[in-house]
Amino acid sequence: MKQYWEIFITFAKIGAFTIGGGYAMIPLIEKEVVDRKKWISKTDFVDMIAISQSAPGILAVNISILAGYRLKKNRGSLVASFGATFPSFLMILLIAVFFRQFEHIEWVQKMFKAIRPAVVALIAVPVFTTAKSVGINFKTAVIPIGAALLIWLWGISPVYIIIAAATGGLIYGRLKRRF
Amino acid sequence: MIYLQLFITYFKVGLFGFGGGYPMLSLIQHEVVDQHGWITQQEFTDIVAISQMTPGPIGINSATYIGYTVTNNIFGSAIASIAVCLPSFIIVLAIARIFTTFRSNKYVDDVFRGLRPATVGLIAAAALLLMNPENFIDYKSIIIFGASFILTLFYRVHPILMIILAGISGLLLY
Repeated sequence: MKQYWEIFITFAKIGAFTIGGGYAMIPLIEKEVVDRKKWISKTDFVDMIAISQSAPGILAVNISILAGYRLKKNRGSLVASFGATFPSFLMILLIAVFFRQFEHIEWVQKMFKAIRPAVVALIAVPVFTTAKSVGINFKTAVIPIGAALLIWLWGISPVYIIIAAATGGLIYGRLKRRF
Repeated sequence: MIYLQLFITYFKVGLFGFGGGYPMLSLIQHEVVDQHGWITQQEFTDIVAISQMTPGPIGINSATYIGYTVTNNIFGSAIASIAVCLPSFIIVLAIARIFTTFRSNKYVDDVFRGLRPATVGLIAAAALLLMNPENFIDYKSIIIFGASFILTLFYRVHPILMIILAGISGLLLY
């Protein structure tokens, strides 16, 4: 019981102090779980990140499921992921309850008028940084541009884009090996 | 049966959300704003702003917030938040068991070679959908967008600082 509590507290701490989600969480998890608690070795941790990235879903949740599983099997994974998500759940819940009273205040409205275009910029920036990191060139640019236009202009569900991209990758790999 | 709808919607987001928070935004946006009309694009933008400034991943944050907004109780928040994590449990634990064969599998490699460029498109779609008259109300909006874009991309200003700066400029400009 004591160890479950320790797992919960450790991951709740990680969840409470990482702002900005997934990738910001990795160094913090490493520090707690690898360096301080020595629950998991450094090489195992690198493998865990690799698995978390190849699975769908929220990166931070995926990592905590794996780390928890390593410690205490299924129950450990439940406790760890619950710990990692609980602080933000509570905080957002409070905001959801109170924000609708705040949002009518004049100065809050003024701030949000300017915050909205800034948020759009925050989403536009990773388009370019991610394109660079996955090595998009003039030839392959047709894939993200096509995907974006299908979703933006025709309202195609991103689910179909993901299925099509995965299938496309499989077919391309098959053809490349054959010829 | 709003609870069932919430569950299915967020299960889908968890199941098809590849590549981290930003590509996931477009999935959430499509389901929650376009398909169900639970919130407006403007509210969605506000949730992204709140999410950037509070701890935790956007996937969980949006599930908690929208779950509450739609049902007006905590139960809705809990259902959406659990639903978005559920596919991870099934898939991550399955992959963990067959990890060594999984990583060196050429088909897995092929799938990811296809997915990576598409996730760039998903992020772009989320940004394009938010470039609408609700979020861009006048020429000042365009200036704020341009300045924020340049500051984050070239000067690596932290997103939280960016939102705070934008908030202050809102008090001065409007």
